[in-house]
Amino acid sequence: MAEEVKAAPPATFKVTIDNITIDVKPGTSILNAARQIGGDVTPPAMCYYSKLEGSGGKCRTCLVEVAAGSTADPRPMPKLVASCRTNVMDGMIVKNMTSEKVPDARAGVVEFLLLNHPLDCPICDQAGECHLQDLGYDHGKAGTRYQFSRRTFAREDIGPYIQLHMTRCILCYRCTYVADQITDKRVHGIVDRGDHAAISTYISKAIDNDFSGNMIDVCPVGALTDKTFRFKNRVWFTKPVDAHRNCENPKCCGKATLWLRGDEVFRVTARKDEWGEVQSYDGKVGWICNTCRFDKKETKDWTIEGVTNISRHSVIGANKYKVLDVPGETVSKVMGGRAPKLLMDIHNVSGVNNPDIDLSDLQRPAHSGDFKKDPEPGLESKN
Amino acid sequence: MSIKLLLDKAHVPGIRGFEVYRREGGYRSVEKALKMQPADIVEEVKKSGLRGRGGAGFPTGMKWSFIAKPEGVPRHLVCNADESEPGTFKDRYLMEFIPHLLIEGMIVSSFALGSNTSYIYIRGEYDWVSDILEEAIAEARKNGFLGKNIQGSGFDCEMYVHRGAGAYICGEETALIESLEGKRGNPRIKPPFPAIQGVWARPTVVNNVETLAAVVPILNMGGEEYAKIGVGKSTGTKLISACGNINKPGIYEIDMTISVEEFIFSDEYCGGIPNGKRLKACIPGGSSVPILPANLLLTTAKGEKRLMNYESLSDGGFATGTMMGSGGFIVLDEDQCVVKHTYTLARFYRHESCGQCSPCREGTGWMEKILKSIEEGKGKMSDIDLLWDIQRRIEGNTICPLGDAAAWPVAAAIRHFRDEFEWHVNNPELSQKENYGLRHYADELHVPVTA
Repeated sequence: MAEEVKAAPPATFKVTIDNITIDVKPGTSILNAARQIGGDVTPPAMCYYSKLEGSGGKCRTCLVEVAAGSTADPRPMPKLVASCRTNVMDGMIVKNMTSEKVPDARAGVVEFLLLNHPLDCPICDQAGECHLQDLGYDHGKAGTRYQFSRRTFAREDIGPYIQLHMTRCILCYRCTYVADQITDKRVHGIVDRGDHAAISTYISKAIDNDFSGNMIDVCPVGALTDKTFRFKNRVWFTKPVDAHRNCENPKCCGKATLWLRGDEVFRVTARKDEWGEVQSYDGKVGWICNTCRFDKKETKDWTIEGVTNISRHSVIGANKYKVLDVPGETVSKVMGGRAPKLLMDIHNVSGVNNPDIDLSDLQRPAHSGDFKKDPEPGLESKN
Repeated sequence: MSIKLLLDKAHVPGIRGFEVYRREGGYRSVEKALKMQPADIVEEVKKSGLRGRGGAGFPTGMKWSFIAKPEGVPRHLVCNADESEPGTFKDRYLMEFIPHLLIEGMIVSSFALGSNTSYIYIRGEYDWVSDILEEAIAEARKNGFLGKNIQGSGFDCEMYVHRGAGAYICGEETALIESLEGKRGNPRIKPPFPAIQGVWARPTVVNNVETLAAVVPILNMGGEEYAKIGVGKSTGTKLISACGNINKPGIYEIDMTISVEEFIFSDEYCGGIPNGKRLKACIPGGSSVPILPANLLLTTAKGEKRLMNYESLSDGGFATGTMMGSGGFIVLDEDQCVVKHTYTLARFYRHESCGQCSPCREGTGWMEKILKSIEEGKGKMSDIDLLWDIQRRIEGNTICPLGDAAAWPVAAAIRHFRDEFEWHVNNPELSQKENYGLRHYADELHVPVTA
């Protein structure tokens, strides 16, 4: 109200999330404040994408409880709120994992999201870097109570490079925001409504503009996949490295992640941050053009900067990097200096899982032959 | 006889035309309003205690006072004529028989809110009604009540009718605004509320047809006089569209002092239930509000007579009460099957969910499938608890109230008619041949203990 005498707003707002207090700029959403704290305090986000204007609020996985609205009005909010689209107020107290209601509501949302999801992870290219998988493991329940047939759609090619697998889609709308905000002309959107709503290109009209490939990067599930990478490899067998090239396209940042196996470039994606979003450089979002993404599949096209920093919790990082500090043996310490009495050393009789063989050295998945005393001839050259 | 404020002239021959409407005292309120200050009109509506007639029952005067007034930004009034709640057809009646009442109310409201361009968003299925409104607008313009410099007051107002494409969700005010802007009718995430950023990011007020029409008698008789009609916070008159198993379905204007029993059984209103059947249940406010069994419908859990007004209908919360809603009064007699009825509603909400947020998109379809299997005698006992759990996880976790509207009927049906669901599960073959009827609700009016 205009009549009210307004005190000068504080330069920063104090917000407490799961008993951790942080100062953030006014206008920050609860989710972004929680991301500044990091760790388990951060609610998961399936539809919100900080680089896409207007995204968020749809998937409801980021629901949090607001125990106190602000210092001025400390009443709690009656419903759980979508943290991605609710801005913090000074003195707000938010409960995420400490709330009694949130884990239950979130498990409900996960169950809803998985109702019509085919769970075809074993044949899905997104497996290993799928946000829905992570969400399911972190916040979901073991089983489903759904016993009806799931909705299905025919696979659809949208343009020469992208395949739409609508059956896997969770309708986060991120790709439509990409089409709206990054590509020149919006050619796809949502048709129909309810649980039969579908991403469409308006009668399979191909998306042929330079930045359409970024839809693949923003898709949290395997609904939009790279046709040049389709069924070529599992992401955790490939090794991501950061690389750049001088791209002719002025809008393309030229900075990418190459997913290698040996010297072969299996796919190219934009570089992503710890929240799975495309990184920004000097405030500009690092989207890459379709030429970089789909046509430059040789290491000679790129200047390789080094290995991509992958979270040690990610399956992508598994078996790729050598442990520099080998943890010491603790058994004798626990036993007060006495050596354990071994009845039998299993490794003497079994060739499986020989501790002398470092799996990080392998450029490919481990094979039973790797543990044999004499490696099978030709196994090394297979790769 | 109760007082009629909206429909008293609705049956005068030719009232649809401007001439007769004007002769019967129409457009007096515009003449009066244009001599007043806009803020005084808002004050008058506040005094009247008028509550939104679309379903939520939010005080209209307060809603109007929330509208932002930034310099140089136009403001808009939008009339929500997207009346798609099953069981509700009061707005259609009003627009069809006495369209100038809505136009008159909208001119007054536009003046009070400072809207120079106002819209009527009408549901696509009402195509003949939109023609009637267009005609009424043209007549009003010809007679100097719309357009530039209305009645020499210096106030300009244009009015447009916009037809929707037949989606229930577009009755939600932000989805309506999106649709009006020509986009897909997905509800917006609030805040910002329409009073701050509505149509084309301009401050907007969205009101129901009946609400805007009620502004006319408020201006004519004064807010304080209007507030004397009715009881407590349920002031004025309310249109009820009665349907289902009653002798006289139709539109009734009530002053909110009569009891539910009187409304159903008196000859002045619904005229009782046909064929000597007994009352089983009723949904008093459109399909979204909780269904009530006969015993709780006629008397509250406290043992008082339940009246047809906002407070009395919601007495007892959702445990033993329901809501006034939009006034779509659906009566079910003893031959109706609550399971089938709940399935029909679930099918409707599944079909109408916009698919934007996951609990509603997936949950409504799931509930429909479970209800279908129970109705077809293929249900399991655990399905009933599952339904309860699904509705609990939809309610309150969605962007817009459609999720709640889909969850409440299922919750209420299980809460009050669990035995009927269990009977369906236990008697799969019998349930396909006959109805559960009134096994528990017939003679004894058993009142459950409140929590």
